[in-house]
Amino acid sequence: MKDGFRQSMAWLHTWSGLLVGWVLFAVFLTGTAAYLRPEISHWMRPEIAAATPGPRDAEVAVAAMQALAPNSPSWFISLPEPRDTSIRVFWRDPTAEGRGFRSAVLDAATGQPVAARDTLGGEFFYRFHFQLHYMSAFWGRWIVSICTMFMLVAIVSGIITHRRIFADFFTFRPAKGQRSWLDGHNLCAVLALPYHLMITYTGLVIFMLMTMPWGIERAYPNQRGAFNAEVFGNAPPRRPLGQPAPLVPIAPLVEQARQQWQGGALGRLQVSNPNDASATIQLIRDDAERLSYNPQSMTFSGATGALLSTRGEGGPAAETRGVMYGLHIGRFAGPLLRGLFVLAGLAGTVMVATGCVLWAVKQRQQAAKKGQPGFGTRLAEHLNVATIAGLPFAMAAFFWANRLLPQDMAQRGAWEVHVFFLAWGFCALHPLLRPRRQAWVEQFALGAAAFALLPVLNLLLTQRHLGASLVAGDWVRFWFDLGLLGCAAVLGFLAWKVARHPATASRTRVAAVPRPARATS
Amino acid sequence: MARPGAANASATQGKRPWPGAEARRVAAIVLRVLGGVGGGYGIAALSTMLLSTSLPMPKAEAVLTASMASFAIFAGAIVWAFAARSVARAWLGLAIPAALLALALLIPGWGA
Repeated sequence: MKDGFRQSMAWLHTWSGLLVGWVLFAVFLTGTAAYLRPEISHWMRPEIAAATPGPRDAEVAVAAMQALAPNSPSWFISLPEPRDTSIRVFWRDPTAEGRGFRSAVLDAATGQPVAARDTLGGEFFYRFHFQLHYMSAFWGRWIVSICTMFMLVAIVSGIITHRRIFADFFTFRPAKGQRSWLDGHNLCAVLALPYHLMITYTGLVIFMLMTMPWGIERAYPNQRGAFNAEVFGNAPPRRPLGQPAPLVPIAPLVEQARQQWQGGALGRLQVSNPNDASATIQLIRDDAERLSYNPQSMTFSGATGALLSTRGEGGPAAETRGVMYGLHIGRFAGPLLRGLFVLAGLAGTVMVATGCVLWAVKQRQQAAKKGQPGFGTRLAEHLNVATIAGLPFAMAAFFWANRLLPQDMAQRGAWEVHVFFLAWGFCALHPLLRPRRQAWVEQFALGAAAFALLPVLNLLLTQRHLGASLVAGDWVRFWFDLGLLGCAAVLGFLAWKVARHPATASRTRVAAVPRPARATS
Repeated sequence: MARPGAANASATQGKRPWPGAEARRVAAIVLRVLGGVGGGYGIAALSTMLLSTSLPMPKAEAVLTASMASFAIFAGAIVWAFAARSVARAWLGLAIPAALLALALLIPGWGA
């Protein structure tokens, strides 16, 4: 019975992985890019010089908001930090249409709005990896959550299937066809197994109150607000009183918070009803300082400066959730650990990719004995090219659009995203017109060229090219440009590897046919 | 390729499958998928409801703990749905825990 069990788990592993493999690949790759969200945003706004966070940032930001939006009901201010050195502000504009949010990027030294190009920056990859695009956030999050559940099942059944977990660490037999794909798949899966389990489970936990709301329904029937207040400390908003009262100076409050957090840095602040007697100022600790993503905060009266409430550590379960959240987004990680997170994320990406390819290779081998491969096999092969080779090219196209679209174009930020999907759409059609192996080679090569030329484009179009970054000590842009060249090298290597692969789908057939045709379809 | 449903496995490989056997194999897979996904989510939801009001900790903490554990329970139920020797055993193994959880939810004092 033991083998029957292992066989059904192998079946479960294959199908739970394959059915959503292409979505998972995109989620893994863009999610890995999201670890570099501030760096990507910094690179995509070449107008903004790198600055150093100073002690007066909060004062500068509040003074700037007094000038920008004194009548707004709420301000949200993100202060500079080493990874993102500008002040970013959002506020609600009572005169605007719709939800009425405005945003600006401020110079940390002067508080003046920076005329940066309109772009989503790294925010796009971050949002795409959990809610996709061109659909409501609600449906996108549900789709990604369901795919993540498939991933969890694929991991669990994969662990059961592979009994030789430890031996797989040291097993790689290159250039052996299907064997090598299996070894590569196992190697990526096993090396970073704790990471894969962690990132999958914590991903589910982040949206658990949406996908598994039944505990709240049962324990807090029709009182979701009460639950949120208890767990997340979201106090109900205060109504403006209509009595003008100037905001108290921010510096003493910041000092008080620093003492409360034993020297911890202020990350964000949120001001409600500024310049009204009901004003509140909430100071939120920088989330890069703690593993747990359960923001610590202090709320003060904006009119008197009196401390209204403090939010510190939650209960054990709330902290567990916070740690899971924090582990997933990895904001706590310093440069070295973040590098490891990126590598582990790439291992996950390769694991999904090799899994999808392995399935197609196996099907082709079986088909070689019987005759023509079926529609399912050809569809999987098509999707493999369009996703695995197409997505990196689309990401490069997104960066190209950031540099090439006219500065004053309407909806410029949205068009950068449209270009991303146009490029990806091209990659989805291209394999229809080309022989299978050529499609792989061409798309990888196209991606390599697109990444390799980005630093050149940067040199021609901006003041922030590789040399200038080196001289200015702007290490984020410096390493980013080198990282783009690294992406080009990896994609170029893949293109070269596929191109010189000794042809045809099945090695058994190579032996039988003396001179295999180069192109196969 | 390995497939669940040992009773029909012999008909799947090599020679042309007997049409009735193929239909039964597909039906068995569909039933396991329905049981694992639908039944598994049901068990996870019921256990979350029960634990949210019965764990010995503050209410909000219990809700969070139960919700965080639910995905492990869900995954376990899916694995069971495909690991069980027959479709009937798979469904029985899902129906009994679901019924017990639902009964426990009816006990006054554990409900909210």
